[in-house]
Amino acid sequence: MRLPDSILPLLVEGLCYRAGAVEILRDVGFTLEAGGPSLVIGPNGAGKSVLLRLLHGLLAPSAGRIHWGAPEGNVPVARRQAMLFQRPVLLRRSVLANAAYPLRLAGLGRAEAAARAREGLALVGLEGLAERPARRLSGGEQQRLALARAAALQPEVLFLDEPCANLDPAATRAVEEIVATLAARGTKIVMTTHDLGQARRLAAEVLFLHQGRLLEQAPAEAFFAGPATAEARAFLRGELLW
Amino acid sequence: MQDLATAFATALGLVATADPAVTGILLLSLRVSLTAVALAALVGLPLGALLAVARFPGRRAVLVTLNALMGLPPVVAGLLIYLLLSRAGPLGPLGLLFTPTAMVIAQAVLIAPILAALSRQVLEGLWEEYAEQLRSFGAGPWRAVPTLLWDGRFALLTVLLAGFGRAAAEVGAVMIVGGNIEGFTRVMTTAIALETSKGDLPLALALGLMLMAIVLAVNALAQGLRDAAAGSAG
Ligand SMILES: Nc1ncnc2c1ncn2[C@@H]1O[C@H](COP(=O)(O)OP(=O)(O)O)[C@@H](O)[C@H]1O
Ligand SMILES: [Mg+2]
Repeated sequence: MRLPDSILPLLVEGLCYRAGAVEILRDVGFTLEAGGPSLVIGPNGAGKSVLLRLLHGLLAPSAGRIHWGAPEGNVPVARRQAMLFQRPVLLRRSVLANAAYPLRLAGLGRAEAAARAREGLALVGLEGLAERPARRLSGGEQQRLALARAAALQPEVLFLDEPCANLDPAATRAVEEIVATLAARGTKIVMTTHDLGQARRLAAEVLFLHQGRLLEQAPAEAFFAGPATAEARAFLRGELLW
Repeated sequence: MQDLATAFATALGLVATADPAVTGILLLSLRVSLTAVALAALVGLPLGALLAVARFPGRRAVLVTLNALMGLPPVVAGLLIYLLLSRAGPLGPLGLLFTPTAMVIAQAVLIAPILAALSRQVLEGLWEEYAEQLRSFGAGPWRAVPTLLWDGRFALLTVLLAGFGRAAAEVGAVMIVGGNIEGFTRVMTTAIALETSKGDLPLALALGLMLMAIVLAVNALAQGLRDAAAGSAG
């Protein structure tokens, strides 16, 4: 499936990442299509965070290719994706100023940036806190603000690296609902998690990563019903923590 | 002890009578040092921010040099500016030697490296925290400089105060390029040096107490501003 002006599908071939002598990712290849959320799961240290950073362009591959569907559109590929980190990085400014910051960077005028930032805040239920200092928010509110900030950019692809790892169950649910809303609106979600329940709730598709290798890519239903590899089966039974 | 008590009494007397000569000296001290801080900040803070974000060959050498310049003796800074501004010097025709402007320049030269080195330290931590997120937004190191300067504003205020303290307390630079001319370039520190050499220790000490009070007041004011702003911006 290929929309006329889309950066998807994302084609990844032979992706390797080495840090010194250590091979963190080995020969990873897959295609990400437009559609429901793709969840990257796998034990601790499998290379999930490194993979997302590579895809988002924050790290350079040691070998292999990351090929976006439309490298030369009107808007550069980098401007059409956004990323959320495990710990939200919030500027020492108001909630609204945080949400508006990347829009201003992208060249929007002050008024337009503020208007779109407010839409983002409304999406995550933070419009009432717009003038508050961002870093005084609770952990869950901070991650919701990071989501609002990313959503305001209207990215085609949104990467999320364990966005709920530091959150309590209620805040986790709130974040999941927002992610589901964005997915329903057509944003391609690519998200890592080590929380299997979360993966079941959100995933349309699963990529199972283990020790730097992609062992499975499958529709969520099929994966959870019967994973193809012994490692994935062990992981689903909760026996594979590393 | 006797001297100290006399000094306090003298200081109180000077304040109470608002001695015009002393008031003039005090105001000039404030004006020269605050202007010098502002001038040095214009160069020092962006330079510090740039050094915090930029990675280039020779960066370590620049940082070592900058840290060494923090210990630049005021007389040396004064001498350099003296040579530049003296009649035979390249900037001699401007006729700035022995004017308050020359004193501002000398103090600015003295504290710009301090502001740059300290702000580099303060902002490097902030950059570590922000770098990945800013890159994700498409902001490279250059674009990060104004962001870091703004987001580090409270820490940078402390850096500015350190610069102000250094400027207000130094005597060597203003003495050399200002000349300690009564009613024109005499500031608190040069007045103290003069009274000490004349043997009027109580007066010298009284002026010293007033200088400390001024520095304390500026710090308290800045701290108050910072607290008020921090309450609304976090
Ligand atoms: N910059 C780096 N240098 C060296 N090792 C790294 C670096 N980044 C990650 N690693 C290692 O790579 C492995 C995968 O890390 P990561 O992608 O964070 O795993 P996870 O799947 O838990 O997100 C880990 O063993 C980690 O220690
Ligand atoms: Mg991780």
